[in-house]
Amino acid sequence: MNQNRRFLLKGTLAASAAGVAISAGLLTPKTVMAAWSKAAFEAADVNSALTAAMGSADHSESGDVKLKAPDIAENGAVVPITVSSSIAGVESIGILVSSNAQPLTATFNLGPNTEADVSTRIKMGKTADVIAVVKANGKLYSAKKQVKVTIGGCGG
Amino acid sequence: MANSIKVRAKVKGGVATVKCLISHPMETGLRKDKKTGEKIPAHFIQEVNCEHNGKNVLNSQWNGSISRNPFLSFSFKGAKAGDALKVSWVDNKGESDSIEEALK
Repeated sequence: MNQNRRFLLKGTLAASAAGVAISAGLLTPKTVMAAWSKAAFEAADVNSALTAAMGSADHSESGDVKLKAPDIAENGAVVPITVSSSIAGVESIGILVSSNAQPLTATFNLGPNTEADVSTRIKMGKTADVIAVVKANGKLYSAKKQVKVTIGGCGG
Repeated sequence: MANSIKVRAKVKGGVATVKCLISHPMETGLRKDKKTGEKIPAHFIQEVNCEHNGKNVLNSQWNGSISRNPFLSFSFKGAKAGDALKVSWVDNKGESDSIEEALK
């Protein structure tokens, strides 16, 4: 069976269903925005992933964004990452790995009471820069750190 | 996929710290089977949602590059012991799971 065609059909159905839901007032636009962004996650470079996920690739490095990651990750399959920020009004946080085939690893949309401090564990294919991007008041702030990987976590 | 989520949530001074562990293979779809040389199909969690007393506190979207058996930790204000916390996930195959816990 033609998988692409299946996917397209499903996608169209889902999209039209979402459209109906909006017009019926069942869903607020924010919930619709939160749907998994295929374009962002399948983008092959950092800038296009950022544009698709956060609306812009224009980010400035800021000391107020803290990215905690190991200097050397012995096992690329499990790299602990913590992103926190002292900037007020953080709306979302993104984690990207520059050398991965699909750089965008995760996005976190925070509620009004949620603190800008999230931790998770990611996979890295090889030594690369981990980039944390924080969106606050419509602007993007970032922090970058190189993590050396001795054993890759993507295949092998 | 029942009970795939483990949650530890503690409240201290009105701030709840939530730690979740989910058991999931998190297959990227880019990895090859060493024996057959064929690609292993993608199977990873795409969305994780956390609600506090029915209000969304965290909506996160993941790619296959999150580690197997994902770990997630975050914190939010305005919490007190006994509040309801709900954590749920959906993966790219449409499988899902959720858990409800009371904050401690």
